[in-house]
Amino acid sequence: MTREQMEILMGQLLDESVELELTEFCRICHTSEEFVLELVAEGVIEPHGEERAHWRFTGRSVRRTQVAVRLHHDLDVNLPGVALALDLLEEIERLRR
Amino acid sequence: MDFKDYYATLGVARGASTDEIKRSYRKLARKYHPDVSKEADAEAHFKEVGEAYEVLKDPEKRAAYDQLGADWKAGQEFRPPPGGGGQRRYYYRSGDGPASGGEEFGGFSDFFESLFGQGGMGGGARSGPAGGSFHYRQAGPARGEDQQARLRISLEDAFNGASRTLELRSPDGGTRSIRVAVPRGVTEGQRIRLAGQGLPGMNGGAAGDLFLELTLDSHPIFEADGRNVLLTLPIAPWEAALGETVGVPTLGGRVDLRIPAGSQSGRRLRLKGRGLPGKPPGDQIVTLRIDTPPADSDAARALYEEMRSKLPFNPRHGLGG
Repeated sequence: MTREQMEILMGQLLDESVELELTEFCRICHTSEEFVLELVAEGVIEPHGEERAHWRFTGRSVRRTQVAVRLHHDLDVNLPGVALALDLLEEIERLRR
Repeated sequence: MDFKDYYATLGVARGASTDEIKRSYRKLARKYHPDVSKEADAEAHFKEVGEAYEVLKDPEKRAAYDQLGADWKAGQEFRPPPGGGGQRRYYYRSGDGPASGGEEFGGFSDFFESLFGQGGMGGGARSGPAGGSFHYRQAGPARGEDQQARLRISLEDAFNGASRTLELRSPDGGTRSIRVAVPRGVTEGQRIRLAGQGLPGMNGGAAGDLFLELTLDSHPIFEADGRNVLLTLPIAPWEAALGETVGVPTLGGRVDLRIPAGSQSGRRLRLKGRGLPGKPPGDQIVTLRIDTPPADSDAARALYEEMRSKLPFNPRHGLGG
């Protein structure tokens, strides 16, 4: 198949305008609602919307949750530790740019 | 295949206690975790450390490994003992995909699989050493692993939108091509999720997703700062002093910029909405830099000397000079 014939895939840009419902968010992040609830309670991620049924998550929450899942699982870091690590990692990233 | 010295990998003695092994693993895992470390080969290190820990934390596996004897050296040609190897495949979350020339990993090493391939891991799915889950053949459907890749694009592509063809490697060594749209107005570090373009699922499970992290190439004149675009604009001293309208490049084409009279180097002027597209679009921030003409002719020197004699100007008056 030539480049011209190849179908162009339209991905989902995970920016701050994206709004993901809890179920879809969990699916994308390979995690459970319970873990997401814990992350929200810890302030690691902050969904838009007051009630759980109306929560909407942005692209930044996807990235933070994916990293949180890995740090929590791989390094056995507790949630306050995950929150701290994520904030510091983002700060390092900001300073590098 | 090469022998792997798991004790050396974790930096512990052969007689190390389980606690010592765990402590060393934790330390190295933090050091090389791909989400934390910026070392080029962090993911490979993390994988090695995870594989070593997978064996040494488990008394049965450790005993089986120790039975090989203490005379083996890392890297030494190793032939597995009969009856050890299995065909189970482990699929591993990739690091940077081939789009950026990064590495992908296919699970534990051949050495590991030759020893523990038959039942080396328990049932179900569990975490691998680099944060990905090892999914292996099992009865129920298993969703495929996500893949990560970095995609470098130019600032012009970020402004205009673009499409890119990527070569993706699968765990069995095959490759496939996909063409991906990069929407207008993307910024450094943003990610695009391509649902179902990750590793294939097993036993009817859905494929994983592909996450592309965008990196903007450096540009000869512009610099991106989020959606804003920064430009340093050289101007002549008389343009700064008297004011002037000059043509300024932007990603969308040339525009006129009015330089106010009495401008100094470092003054920042904003071209609203001339940065990367979005809601709202970014601005182009123009920083003025006054370039002085060289005094390399009699006429130029005469002009400078006339200014020196006629202009009561001390640029260091604020310094008490």
